[in-house]
Amino acid sequence: MQTPNAASVEKGQSVGRREIQVSRADLVAYAGASGDFNPIHWNERFARAVGLPGVIAHGMFTMGTAVQLVTDWVGDPGRILDYQTRFTKPVPVPDAQADASPASGGTTITVEGKIGAVDEEKGTARVDLTVSAPDEDGKEQKVLVKAQALVRL
Amino acid sequence: MSDTKGIAEDLQGRVYSNAPVYSVSREKIREFARAVKAQSAAHHDVAAARELGYADVVAPPTFAIIVSQAADAELIQDPTAGIDFSRVVHADQRFTHHRPIVAGDELSATVHVDSVRTMGGGAMVTTREEIVDQEGNPVTTALSSLLVRGEE
Repeated sequence: MQTPNAASVEKGQSVGRREIQVSRADLVAYAGASGDFNPIHWNERFARAVGLPGVIAHGMFTMGTAVQLVTDWVGDPGRILDYQTRFTKPVPVPDAQADASPASGGTTITVEGKIGAVDEEKGTARVDLTVSAPDEDGKEQKVLVKAQALVRL
Repeated sequence: MSDTKGIAEDLQGRVYSNAPVYSVSREKIREFARAVKAQSAAHHDVAAARELGYADVVAPPTFAIIVSQAADAELIQDPTAGIDFSRVVHADQRFTHHRPIVAGDELSATVHVDSVRTMGGGAMVTTREEIVDQEGNPVTTALSSLLVRGEE
């Protein structure tokens, strides 16, 4: 894959958009992979008891999946020098409907990226991500704020 | 003390460095990459990673959270710190990579409690995890803010 060139990258330029499907099964896989077994990410009863709308995605799952847009754009995961975000809203992940497979259902996280800044001298660019998902009422909400990745071009 | 809900007054400035060394394996990188739906060949295929100039498969940008949170456990579980984990909400996260993490790395993390601030009925605890390799060279600096909610 061709790495974008600092001289040809412009502030405001889009790096793309993608939709990430998230099921309860994905959260179980992330819990195992990350070691974060907080039951709010897999147990409905526990999540509701602590005041959540139901099972929610790990903030780190959302942060971790959202950056793939940047990795694929830059073509080399080692070129992501810095990546940060604030977690502002939970991402509720509903169970599959009725007798459907437990690996189905869930929600969709939408990620859009654009170039926020370019430093030609250093050969770096900052990609600003807009990351949203529906809340428990189905209203689309920004779930990450100030989600920024600094990449070496 | 009522304003920081049992959190130790001298928590800011504390350092925790007893987490065991974390050995980064190819399979853990692949498992984590699958879990965050990361399809770049550099995470999965050794030859593809070497073609990009890495010694082995490359970890996704947020992989360091495994090492960082494992090290944080010492702080969370320290009864003298006074953090009630059931009231903790992850507020923000940052990773600064001094170099990419690759399979074969032996990583050690030191947790620094950089700040403790009162937030309404709770407190915001900001920690910095400095992750170094087997030679002691810096690999990743992680910054995490945890909001410890107050009693309702």
